[in-house]
Amino acid sequence: MIRGAIRFLDERTGSAPLLRKALRYAFPDHWSFLFGEIALYSFIVLVGTGVFLTLFFEPSLARTTYDGVYDPLRGLEVSVAYDSALRLSFDVNGGLLMRQTHHWAALVFVASIAVHLMRIFFTGAFRKPRDLNYYIGLTMLVLALLEGFAGYSLLDDLLSGMGLVIAYAATLSIPVIGGDVGFLIWGDQFPGSDDFISRLFIAHVLILPVIIGGLIAVHLALIAVPHHSQFRGGGATEKNVVGTPMWPGYALRSLGLMFATAGILFLLGGLIQVNPIWQWGPYEIYDGTNGAQPDWYMGWLIGALRIMPPIEPSVFGYTPFPNPFFGGLLVPSLVFGFLYAWPSIERRISGDGAVHHLLDRPRDNPWRTAIGAALFTFITLIFLAGAADRIFVSFGIDYGTQVWIFRVAVFVLPAAVYLLTKRICEELRESDWHPLRAPPPATVTRTARGGFELTREARPRRRS
Amino acid sequence: MGFRARRGALAALAALCGAASVLAFAGASSGQINVGGGPSQPGGAADGGRPPPPDPQQVARGRELFLEGCSSCHGLDARGVEGTAPSLRGAGAAAADFYLSTGRMPLDKPGDEPVRSQPRYPPHEIDAIVAYVGSLGGPPIPDVSPRRGDIAEGFEAFTEHCAGCHQAVAKGGVVTGAFAPDLGEATPTQVGEAVRVGPYIMPLFGHRQIDDRTLDSIARYVELTKDPVDEGGWGIGNIGPVPEGMIAWLLALAALLLVARLIGVRGTD
Amino acid sequence: MLVLLALAVAAAVMFIVAYALEWSTQVLGLAIGGALMAIAAALILAGKRVAPGKQVTEERPKFPDRRAERELQRDIERGGRGVSRRGVLLGGAAAAGTALGAAFVIPVASLGPKPADRIGASPWRRGTRVVSEEDAQLTPADVEVGTFVTGFPEGADKRELGSPVVLVRLRPEDLELPSDRSDWDADGVLAFSKICTHAGCTINLYRYPLYPPQSPGPALVCPCHYSTFDPATGGERIFGPAGRALPQLPLDLDGAGRLIAAGEFSGAIGPSWWGVRKGT
Repeated sequence: MIRGAIRFLDERTGSAPLLRKALRYAFPDHWSFLFGEIALYSFIVLVGTGVFLTLFFEPSLARTTYDGVYDPLRGLEVSVAYDSALRLSFDVNGGLLMRQTHHWAALVFVASIAVHLMRIFFTGAFRKPRDLNYYIGLTMLVLALLEGFAGYSLLDDLLSGMGLVIAYAATLSIPVIGGDVGFLIWGDQFPGSDDFISRLFIAHVLILPVIIGGLIAVHLALIAVPHHSQFRGGGATEKNVVGTPMWPGYALRSLGLMFATAGILFLLGGLIQVNPIWQWGPYEIYDGTNGAQPDWYMGWLIGALRIMPPIEPSVFGYTPFPNPFFGGLLVPSLVFGFLYAWPSIERRISGDGAVHHLLDRPRDNPWRTAIGAALFTFITLIFLAGAADRIFVSFGIDYGTQVWIFRVAVFVLPAAVYLLTKRICEELRESDWHPLRAPPPATVTRTARGGFELTREARPRRRS
Repeated sequence: MGFRARRGALAALAALCGAASVLAFAGASSGQINVGGGPSQPGGAADGGRPPPPDPQQVARGRELFLEGCSSCHGLDARGVEGTAPSLRGAGAAAADFYLSTGRMPLDKPGDEPVRSQPRYPPHEIDAIVAYVGSLGGPPIPDVSPRRGDIAEGFEAFTEHCAGCHQAVAKGGVVTGAFAPDLGEATPTQVGEAVRVGPYIMPLFGHRQIDDRTLDSIARYVELTKDPVDEGGWGIGNIGPVPEGMIAWLLALAALLLVARLIGVRGTD
Repeated sequence: MLVLLALAVAAAVMFIVAYALEWSTQVLGLAIGGALMAIAAALILAGKRVAPGKQVTEERPKFPDRRAERELQRDIERGGRGVSRRGVLLGGAAAAGTALGAAFVIPVASLGPKPADRIGASPWRRGTRVVSEEDAQLTPADVEVGTFVTGFPEGADKRELGSPVVLVRLRPEDLELPSDRSDWDADGVLAFSKICTHAGCTINLYRYPLYPPQSPGPALVCPCHYSTFDPATGGERIFGPAGRALPQLPLDLDGAGRLIAAGEFSGAIGPSWWGVRKGT
């Protein structure tokens, strides 16, 4: 039967040699190389569940009266979009499962990209020849953020509507042309023209997914062509690839990861509630709720906006930097700008512009790891600042005090983490322990001159 | 059949039984989502029903208790102490009952933010103090009945007047310099009292803004928020994307990283 | 492994049953998720059993190929050999391409109108009556000290950004309005835009002390980033990141004692932009 299929294919496409090569393709299979796949499979779940959702959601801001099963909203005037989302949640069989799985998949999609990015950064995988692929990956992260934000803003519920007006303010805060850009996107003063939501819909279900999908294809090709990078050891060199062949080992395990990703997302989608839009109610510009938060991946921006001092200079009567510019545009631009520039920065400073197929362990490049850790600390801090109101409610630390603590911490803590991380990496590199296991026994000897000397046994390198 | 096959069949059967019990637990989804009227709440003095006529003995006992526990701040004649505590003449039974039954009064220190805590007095003593303060004039304990209210009206009114501070499903939040509490323990009467009195830094709402019928509806909605409709599963506190993000990272991603670790090879040498 | 596959079958069947009988989202998720996890486990087990740690070594493709690069360059350059005045032609081609690119991009401008007068606009004018969400005319008696009321311009779209105002009333001794706004209250009732000047969220938190000596004073607060505005001084920012004061709407009473606007807002409503302080 297999022979028949092969023959069929090869007689028509001549692809037998190519397929043979593909099936023997060697994959270095360190477990941290699978993070990108988790993102890919989340994307597949997003598209699959997303298609289902498009068959029910109506992107229209026309008014209607809710007349469905959820009593507290009965008789309320809402948009057709919100109404269709409610009906999808309560009346369509399996609708809420699909909606929630889709939402969880988005949250996990961005989280897995973040973890994948960290792996790439801390192992130096962005170095030539993979810097181009790194830029593509970063771009996909930016697009994923926009795509997720657009997705949950479509539903026209109170929470996401509040997020949209903040996006409008951030757009308006672009120096000089912010007003024009804002009107371009919204079609009028917020809440915008009636076609805003259908444009957002098309961006979310067509434009952005197609771009992301295309970039994924290029991203995968750029991995396959030079072959995946690998760690040292086990006979790996700069000129070879040591790993598990695609068939049968790798293919089966990858497929297994795909099913596991889908499985976990569907389990979440059914068992743990996410974005209960009926509890928030519909969006109106004159309504709001305390404790409004964006989805997790936007949390760093709300944090930056909250701890920013009220700076809004006026120059000859003009306002070049409305306050949301600093937290909402400058901070993310600096962070992403830094990430985009990093391969060039590292090349310039380390003087190493060579091709690398062998990866560093984080400790092998203390300076890079320390900078990455410092950046991670900064980003984590502004995430936490974004949740300061919940921290206050749960732990009682006064909100105003927290704002000041965070303002200081975002400068001090990354610097401290940089120094600490660098030191730890240098020590680990010297003594070669596994950072999470007990250090090898130490021997303290008294020297002839009267001082003390500490020596540790070298740990034999093991593959576990 | 062979031993292995039998084991497999038994395992499959066990799985089916386990699944069936989950089914029984989770149950079918209902048609109408009836959120029901609020059940009557225990605790809190004079809950629901008409306030009883003042009993002179009770008022006298209340005055005794007042002199013991409240007069050091509120004055021997309940006219307040300038800069320390307000006069209670005109505050009414509503205010006294609210503050005492939620344990917000007595305050340890004047100037502290009153927070809900264990009431300092047992219910009959609270009734007495309330009777005394009530005798000095002011709004009586409101008659609030969630059952008389309409849930949809309650949702709208709560969103308009309350959600800004107390959050859409009454989980509370920050107000600059203070906080708006979560209403999980508020009885319908306490809700009514707070609405009319405007304790601490909460605004007050008179009858022209929120009439009695709307107040009943708001109370009914507050009852709902104590057990919101969590059609999608575990509600994780109903406070939105922060716990959702935590689940995505600490549950989903963690599980997937574990799977990756199972699949892949460990060790970087 | 057979156990796992059997589990997967059972779970998938359960999903079908649960769907057909319209059981809850939780059961549906458990069923389909369980089925997928069972298959995942089976695949992973198979993958490990079939090829336990067997590694292969391959050679990486050799690139860059400098010779091929040079030949490619030569091929490209050779293609242009027959053409004279290459520089000028290339310049002309570049200009044509740029112009065409601009032509393609410019229709994007159809997507939106010019912001100029719309961006900070509001429907309030002198004489506009203040109404409630149910379109009832508001009077000072509706706004007692200590409460806050949402008001709208009569006859206008309530969903326009400049429409909603928040009405509060302070005790006369608490008012500290700037001198040019000393008559902007109506019987002590003040009106402010309900849209925060920081990022446009609704200002629906109001702090009013029951006993002023021991509590923070009256304030309008925004729930998004906690910008806090003081109504007593005409909407000055007293906490938070907002860069401008909250625009105040002057109030008056009409012949029948109902609240009306006495003019337009003290400044542009909503979040700031380049021309916000100039109103352009």
